[in-house]
Amino acid sequence: MTASLLRVLALIQKEFLAVLKDPRGRFIVFIPPILQCLLFGYAASFDLNVVPYAVFDQDHSAASAAFISRLDGSGIFRRQANLDRDADIATWIDSGRALVVVQIGQDFARHLRAGEPAPIQVIADGRNSNTAGTALGYFATIVDEFNADWRAKLGQVGAPVRIVTRAWYNPNLDSRWTMIPSLVGTLTLMGTMMLTAMSVAREREQGTLDQLLVTPFRPFEIMAGKALPNMAIGLAQATTILLIAQFWFRIPFIGSFFVLYAGLGLFLMAAVGLGLFVSSIAATMQQAMLYAFILVMPFALLSGLATPVASMPEFLQSAMIINPLRYALDLTKRVYLEDAGFSQLLPDFLPLAVIGLVTLSGAAWLFRRRLV
Amino acid sequence: MNAGLAKLRRIRALTLKESRQILRDPSSIAIGIVFPLMMILLFGYGLSLDVKRVSVAVVDEDSSSDSAALVGDFQLSPYFGVTVVHALADAKSLVLDRKVDGALLIPPDFARENHSGGAEVQILVNGTDSNQARIMQAYAKGPVALWSASQAGSNIGAGPVIVVDRMWFNEANDSHFFLVPGLIVLVMTILGAFLTAMVVAREWERGTLESLFVTPMRPGEFLISKFIPYFGLGMIGFVLCILAGQFLFAVPLRGSMLLLCLAATIYLLVSLGIGLLVSTLVKSQFLASQLVMLFTFLPAMMLSGFLYDLRSMPAFIRGITYALPARYAVTLMQTLYLAGDVGGVVRLNLGILAVMAAVLMVSARLATRKRLS
Repeated sequence: MTASLLRVLALIQKEFLAVLKDPRGRFIVFIPPILQCLLFGYAASFDLNVVPYAVFDQDHSAASAAFISRLDGSGIFRRQANLDRDADIATWIDSGRALVVVQIGQDFARHLRAGEPAPIQVIADGRNSNTAGTALGYFATIVDEFNADWRAKLGQVGAPVRIVTRAWYNPNLDSRWTMIPSLVGTLTLMGTMMLTAMSVAREREQGTLDQLLVTPFRPFEIMAGKALPNMAIGLAQATTILLIAQFWFRIPFIGSFFVLYAGLGLFLMAAVGLGLFVSSIAATMQQAMLYAFILVMPFALLSGLATPVASMPEFLQSAMIINPLRYALDLTKRVYLEDAGFSQLLPDFLPLAVIGLVTLSGAAWLFRRRLV
Repeated sequence: MNAGLAKLRRIRALTLKESRQILRDPSSIAIGIVFPLMMILLFGYGLSLDVKRVSVAVVDEDSSSDSAALVGDFQLSPYFGVTVVHALADAKSLVLDRKVDGALLIPPDFARENHSGGAEVQILVNGTDSNQARIMQAYAKGPVALWSASQAGSNIGAGPVIVVDRMWFNEANDSHFFLVPGLIVLVMTILGAFLTAMVVAREWERGTLESLFVTPMRPGEFLISKFIPYFGLGMIGFVLCILAGQFLFAVPLRGSMLLLCLAATIYLLVSLGIGLLVSTLVKSQFLASQLVMLFTFLPAMMLSGFLYDLRSMPAFIRGITYALPARYAVTLMQTLYLAGDVGGVVRLNLGILAVMAAVLMVSARLATRKRLS
């Protein structure tokens, strides 16, 4: 028993050395998660802060000027040009210099004075329909405000009911607060799974795995020697991302580290298990890399990171029951932002434990069969 | 003449060897065929930004006939599933247990305030999912406007200024329209850069490249022989994406097919160039794969304008995107697909990509030669 433990310890030491003694190895284990975390943190947002627009004002009235200055005052709409020909609209939209073009027709002020509906045409660049939709939404809000003021000026009552949104746990509804805690699981899964898969595949490709087999190591010990160091590296990566979230992005952590790390431990079991599973199928490093990549893509894309799980088709939602990342994302966000405890997180802990056990023991079985 | 012929024969032999290696390795086939198909299906059917139905806990603290009517409008809305609760605390615990997506609170003075023209309703959401919160806010406008209209007769809600909006290039607001062109870029990035990086690094790692160097083969011939098969594989992925765009998602191709193919070819050259250069520089499969992942795939996904709009990024991140080929490729593909052959946009982006391709090719060639001596 002690002998077995000592052997595993020796393997663990060797594994750490293999990964960390090479400066390029250290670089590849820690720099990518840090860079990715910063990059995703700044880039991955569906918020739209700037809408470059051009205006085609055919009315040239005080009313149209008032409307345009309200747009300019929004802080979001930035006027790029005043157009004076119909043909210019296409030029500005096609070239992408304006996201929207606002066209105010000749009779705008006359309609307003007469109390008739006064239309404003808005043309948006739909090449990214998501962005265009958001910009049109902002525009509608500004028009609503303009209308309310106009009615108030005329003494008409019936200001519309205001809808006020309050958010628990993320008062400014900052999408970064959702995104960055989600990265803890996502980046760790990618890193750990690939590292594990590649480290076994490298030994196989270079023939050192055969050398290990003629030593007194038992298959179980070889596997533990691969799994434990990679789990430790995964935990270190997760910790790095948590530190960046708190000290760089200043997202307050209100939960319990004990609950979080218990969940991450189970999750990393699953990640390492998947990595070992891939490496037992792959004959070369290239295969290990590509299989790991093909496996990790759907897990990452369908985890709720980019789009809500609830809007996926039914069959994909059911298929994602086996996706460890989905539970890890939910768990991390809820511990981080909501201070959720074990009892609330049972729906995440249970599947993670099951997936972790199944993948690790399945990988152990496969690994053994491939070895002997 | 003879030397030229020998050169061609060497390239042919090496290309043949490389192609056989691809055909016999299940993982190459997986990445060449399975990966594009998987991405098409995932992006086409799996990812959707629309929330179909939002479940909401309604707390009516007013209990007036006005507020009851508003609750009724929410119950009738196809976008909301309503659970009526009696206290805000109950609503909050439902939200926390993920039983409902959010809460609607009608404050006690709702009816009174409404008559003086300053009523408000509160939407309370779990900020843990900020996107969901935004969507709910947008959906709630529907029932509230309906209610306002029924309260005040017909003249409220619309006007005086009304917005007539048109979304050019994508009138029906179909998200596949912008996902498919971006997907082409993503697939070509992986096929071009990822696979070549692994393959060349493997030859360095195993020492087979050094044995090749003692043959009459020139470095340029070696690069060309690596290029051709992976270029073919990349083009297969491209064709799969185009077919899916046309037949599965009915994305219109408004520009010319010729320009689209030209753009894809040049971008594929850029990707292949990155793959070759990285693998020649680091000579390790593991490092090469990680670097390629970090410097091509992730930026192609996150910083290209494919999913997230470049305009919303902080200035220094936007500065970085100018160095990324994927940015130009996404602009080019989206424009060619949806807007048509817009001369200025196409020339500019195609030109930048062509320069990048040339620089990468030459660098890969130089890097390979240096290592020989």
